[in-house]
Parts: sequence; C-alpha cells; structure tokens
Amino acid sequence: MNHSQKWAPQAIQAEVDALKHKPGALLPILHALQDRLGFIPEAAVPIIADALHQSRAEVHGVISFYHHFRTTPPGRHVVQICRAEACQSVGARQLEAHAKARLGVDYHQTTPDREITLEAVYCLGNCACGPSIRVDDSIRGRVTPEAFDALVDELQTRPLEVMG
Amino acid sequence: MSIRVYVPRDTTALSLGADTVARRLEREAAARGYPITLVRNGSRGLSWLEPLVEVDTPIGRFAYGPVAPSDVTALLDSGLLEGSVSHPLALGPTEDIDYLARQQRLTFARIGITDPLSIDDYRAHNGFCGLESALQREPQDIVEEVKASGLRGRGGAAFPTGIKWQTVLDTPADQKYIVCNADEGDSGTFADRLAMECDPYMLIEGMAIAGLAVEATQGYIYLRSEYPLAKQVLDEAIARTEQAGYLGDNLCGSGRTFHLEVRLGAGAYICGEETSLLESLEGKRGLVRFKPPLPAIEGLFGRPTVVNNVLSLAAVPFILAEGAEAYANHGMGRSRGTLALQLAGNVKRGGLVELAFGTTLRTLMEEFGGGTRTGKPLRAVQVGGPLCAYLPESQWDMPLDYETFAEVGAGVGHGGVVMFDDSVDMAEQARFSMEFCKVESCGKCTPCRIGSTRGVEVIDRIRANDNREANLTLLHDLCETMVDGSLCAMGGMTPFPVQSALKHFPDDFQRAANGDRS
Repeated sequence: MNHSQKWAPQAIQAEVDALKHKPGALLPILHALQDRLGFIPEAAVPIIADALHQSRAEVHGVISFYHHFRTTPPGRHVVQICRAEACQSVGARQLEAHAKARLGVDYHQTTPDREITLEAVYCLGNCACGPSIRVDDSIRGRVTPEAFDALVDELQTRPLEVMG
Repeated sequence: MSIRVYVPRDTTALSLGADTVARRLEREAAARGYPITLVRNGSRGLSWLEPLVEVDTPIGRFAYGPVAPSDVTALLDSGLLEGSVSHPLALGPTEDIDYLARQQRLTFARIGITDPLSIDDYRAHNGFCGLESALQREPQDIVEEVKASGLRGRGGAAFPTGIKWQTVLDTPADQKYIVCNADEGDSGTFADRLAMECDPYMLIEGMAIAGLAVEATQGYIYLRSEYPLAKQVLDEAIARTEQAGYLGDNLCGSGRTFHLEVRLGAGAYICGEETSLLESLEGKRGLVRFKPPLPAIEGLFGRPTVVNNVLSLAAVPFILAEGAEAYANHGMGRSRGTLALQLAGNVKRGGLVELAFGTTLRTLMEEFGGGTRTGKPLRAVQVGGPLCAYLPESQWDMPLDYETFAEVGAGVGHGGVVMFDDSVDMAEQARFSMEFCKVESCGKCTPCRIGSTRGVEVIDRIRANDNREANLTLLHDLCETMVDGSLCAMGGMTPFPVQSALKHFPDDFQRAANGDRS
C-alpha cells in the first residue's frame, strides 16, 4: 500500500477513466484510489461524480457508508484488531485494551509518529486461531499481548533499504 | 528425484508463520544436500495443526504439525524427508488423522491435497467434470439435477437452490447474472475462505455451471475486503481458467459464453444480505431492498439474478459430476448432503469439519474439537454467526439440521460454531450483539437503526443494576419490536443472541445486583 500524499488531479482522473466504463464502477474506482493513495482525497469526489454522472452527494454517501474507505491519510501501517465473537472467546477484549494502551490511541486514530493507524475489524476468517489481527494485507493469528508488542517494535523499526 | 514437501498457503497457515517455515525447509534441506520440491498446497482445514507440513513417501503423504520455524532443524534431523515418525510433531499418514478420516468430504474433497492454482492438479482430481457434463445438457436438465440433489442455500437461509435457479431460468431477459455471495462476515465462519483460497476452480466451475443452467453470461464474485489473499488467488485462478478455455466466449469450444469477475466489498457486514449486496455491486450504498421483487426476477441492474453463497455454488460441480443421488444420499430429513461446520473460538482442535447433516453439537465440540483451548469447561456456544442464538448445554444433543434447529429458535446459519468457556459473561455478549448491529446496520429501517442503539443502552443499565426489572421488560419489548418490525435479518435476528442469553444465562444479568461485578 502506498500512502504517499503526492497525488495530482490528473492521476485521479486516470484511475477514474480506466474504470468508469465498468458496470457499477464506483466501488472499483474507490478501491483503486485508496490502494494507490492510501485514502480518498476530497478532490476526488467531483472528478468521480462527473465521470459517473452522479451528484457529489451520492459519491460522498457511498464513501461514508463503507467502513473500509477513509478520507484522511492513514499511518504507514494499518493494524486492525478483530472484535468479533470467536476472537472474544480467546481474549480479544484484553488484546484490544492492551493495543490501545500500548499505542496510546483509540480506534480510527494514528500514532503521533504516523507509523500505525489502529482500526477495528469484524472477523478476518481466522476464527480457529484467534485472537487475530491484520497488519496491512497480512493476517496474524493467536496474537498475545506480548506478540503484539513485538509486532509494534518490528513495525516501528524502519530497515535502511526502505528509507528514501 | 527430489522429494515433494507441502507447506500450506492459506490465511490461517500464513498467520502462524507458514512462509517462514517454507523458506527454512527449503534452505536447510538444500544445505544438507537434499533438494526438495516445495509445493504450496491449500490447507486441509485442520487449523489447529497449522502450519501442517506434509512429505510425499512411497506409501502416501505423511504429516507434521503444528510446525514452528524453530522446529525445522530438529524435524529434518529426525528424518522428516523419509516420513519418519520419531519426532513429537509427527502425525503419521495424513489421511489417517482421525479428525480428517471421520469426515465426509464432498465439497472439500480436494482442499490441502492440491496446489490451489494448478489447473492440472484440479483436473487430476475430477476437476471440470461437472462443467463438461453440464455442457452436454439442456439448461432445464441441469436445473432438475440440482433440484434432485436437495441442495439448499448454504449461506444460512437454506432456500432450495434448484428452485431459485428455476425462477431465473423461467424469467426471460436480455441479460442474466450469477452472483456469488462471498461476503463471509459471520464470526466463526471460514469455510468460504478455505474454498476460495484452497480450491478456487471449484467455485469458478460451479458458477459457470449455474450460468449454463439459467442462461446467464456474466458472473460476479462479491468478496469481502477482509480476505486479501482470496482476492489474489481468485483473480489468478480466473485468468488461468480463461486461458484454459473453461471461461470466456467459447466454453470448451461449445460456443457458450460465461465471464467472471471478482468485486471487492468494503467492510460492510450488511452487504452479506443479498439485496444490499446487489446495491453495493451496482456502486451504491449497501441499503437493503424491499422484497418482492425477488432478485431472481429483478436482481442486479434490474435483471434476473442467481445470488448463491460460495458453498452452494461449490457443491454444484460434485452434483453434476457424480449425480444428484450421490449428494442426496447424505443427510437427514429435508437437509440433504453435507454441511461444512467450522469449529472456532475457544476450541482445542479448531478447523473445518464437513459432515452429513445429523451430527450433534456435542460430538463436534467434544470428539472433534476436544473441548476448550483454555481447558476450562465449555459454557455456551453460538452456532450460525452473530445473528444466531447462544446455546446452553441442554441443547448440545440435538441433531444438526435446518428444521431441528429452527424448532428451538436456533439456526445452523453458515455452520460456524463458536465455543466459549466458563469465563464468558453472557450479558457482555448480549451487549455486543446490539453494539455490532449498531455499527453495521444499513440504517434503512427504524427498528434496526434505532433499536440497536437503545439496546446497548438498556443492557448497560441492566448491568449497572439501574432500575433492573423495568429495564428487563423494556429489553424484551425492544427485542420483539426488532424481530417483528425490521426489514431484513440484521435487525430481525440481532435479538436472537440477546434473548437466548437472557433465557439460558439469566444469572449473568444479575451479577451487579449480587454485587459480584468487579
């Protein structure tokens, strides 16, 4: 996931133009933008609305309906904690409290160093091996508070080759 | 010849370090002068043994698990590549593992055995036989076969699949659609994910057969965004299927057409409801539609549409290849065939258990599951997802079939079985049911949108011992209003776990009154 904020209206227009002919194109367009930019910038709304012959309100309404879409840039990593029943039965509530305390943020917030955005998720389909979390696109199972701390250390350590 | 070693690549195996295990095995075996052929197979569904490493031997595949990266050296030392059983993680021949040997795998016959993306593997295990059979038949014949199998919708509603297909076949239109509901949002369920990650061609084949049966030329898999690996696997599998001629403008040279595309959801539980899903596919907010009209008559973009769950469509290739009777011979009463049960939550041996209808929860949870992971006594089990009842021990001996469960106000749903030990606070679970509905309600109807918020508040008051009796009465009334007045199952079934907690675990709502809440 590229969280670069360096986007230009032309880049948005190109993503929109590539997909606007699909039937029911709005969700594919929003996914493409968020995959590329990390979020859906406000400036994208009129461009999408124009391309799909919809009102800005309609486009905004769709963005705000779905939990997955965000309108502000996330941190370098997005960490989702499963809050659903199967994970609850093996300690997800304790893990959630631990994660919030460790990171010093609540759900939908980003750590001050912009490294980690914390989100809730309702089921990752790893229900026999919970508690489960998702870090960007990878799922981790049987996450203890200690394993969570180790993960956070790992995420906050930037290998040299990734810099720049 | 190098030895074939299998390390699964499904989400669960990966979540427990399978990639690291695979890399280490390859490196260390090479260093010892035994180059191996590493196969990244699907999972066998024995989640508690993941990563489950298998080795080919002259007498079949031998299993080792759960293998942590730090076990690799000792396993190789003990003779893993020869199938030695001296290491404590050695499980012997894979097929003889009791948990697997006792199952009736019809739909999941191939998972874990094959490389999910290998079309040759798929063909070698009866893949595309159902489609080839369907291509020789008239649409009505295919529909009759599915009707005769007794297959009912595996998403939870249990509507007869063949009858749904008949409606779509009988409705004339310039365009029809097959939509696969892969928005597997119920906690405790992962069978759809396993099918898609471990045997994607089965779903693709099932959808192509459905297309032939109802004369639909376009299919969509509506996949939840929480399953990034399934998206990758399906996209790749669809591309390879097109290349092999089983999808596209000329299926196997027959002149028939079927195109397929994966569309991602965006984190909305409600989009598992079929009309909300269709709205989402059309690029709108996932608001539930009024029914009628049925999606089979006016579905996606207003056209006749088959909306089926992953497992319903995945059962179809077997039915077409082996015949309806082979499928219908399993099961009990009006629940024919097999049910993919998923043992989840606080369970010692969690995983996928495919069995004919009719087994009991106790058999599942004790004989397969081995009790709780924590080792404490089991107290409650939620079967069928967050909209289904919590069942106390007195209900663990009913046979699992749609009708028996419906009689006691419970549901089989999508087959998820979430186990809880005796540390569970059922009042807290009841509160969560309402909270979940509050987060996920589409907002179209008032009982669901407002009722869920009020439900959280009322349960909070009861738990705080604030005017308890009056608030308990209010909660019962609220539940009734939501059940009777909601537009769809979200608001209409959210009260089921709440009511079952109140009925079977009333003490948990008394804790504050008794002064034992910390």
